[in-house]
Amino acid sequence: MVMNKSSDLSLDRIFSALADSTRRAILMKLTNGDEGVMDLAAPFDMSQPAISRHIKVLENAGLVTRHRQGTHRMCRLAPDALDEIEPWLNMIADRYRNKYDRLDTVLAAMTPTKQGDE
Amino acid sequence: MPPLQLTLEGDTDVLVTRKFTATPENVYRAHLDPELICQWMAAWPGWTMPVCETDSREGGAFRFEFDGGEEGAFTTTGEYITLTPSSLIVHVERMHMPDPAPDSHVRTTFEASGTGTLLTLKMSLPDAESRQGMMDMGAADGMELSYAKLDEIMS
Repeated sequence: MVMNKSSDLSLDRIFSALADSTRRAILMKLTNGDEGVMDLAAPFDMSQPAISRHIKVLENAGLVTRHRQGTHRMCRLAPDALDEIEPWLNMIADRYRNKYDRLDTVLAAMTPTKQGDE
Repeated sequence: MPPLQLTLEGDTDVLVTRKFTATPENVYRAHLDPELICQWMAAWPGWTMPVCETDSREGGAFRFEFDGGEEGAFTTTGEYITLTPSSLIVHVERMHMPDPAPDSHVRTTFEASGTGTLLTLKMSLPDAESRQGMMDMGAADGMELSYAKLDEIMS
């Protein structure tokens, strides 16, 4: 198996970009369409530079792109942004879904003991 | 039964939550008793656990060998850190593919919820290389499922 190192690095960047609740909130807002940087900052109790730093992290992770519209600086959700991380999360979710569905069957066959016998 | 939920938490953790109709006592026991573990822990259709050994004491080791026939095989080993009957299992584990991947730290809590149990599993996010290894195993699984589906369609 040949490892795709550049893909791994970008996955790491996406994971750490998504690890922050403000950045996840920014992404959620952008799912409704492009937003100006000023508008994006409005709901957060945070300085403009702080919001700009968050946007920069999202941009570096390839989750967000920036462009100009007249005098406004706009942000846009990168369309393929979550494509890379989704398969991994889906795989983990599938794995546990399968395991726990089987566990349901095992549990149904157990007698409902009250005192554990470990 | 509410579906399984998976979320990212913080910089390094993945959180899985799932409800069970069974009691916390039984869900906890099914995580430690090898006779029970081997019936459910192989996550993929067609996979079995020919070896399932647990020394279910704090500091005790476990060894799970998974066999998927043509799909492959791998082993997970680990140690129990904290065991609080019916409520908490903290352990470390590593997949051997065959080289051992870095340790993953797993904390599983069992809480009474109505007449059932809310299970919450928090695991440290594996590094990129381990994720890739897990993806490879997952890809094998996806293929198996596709083939099974194809069989259905063709029959």
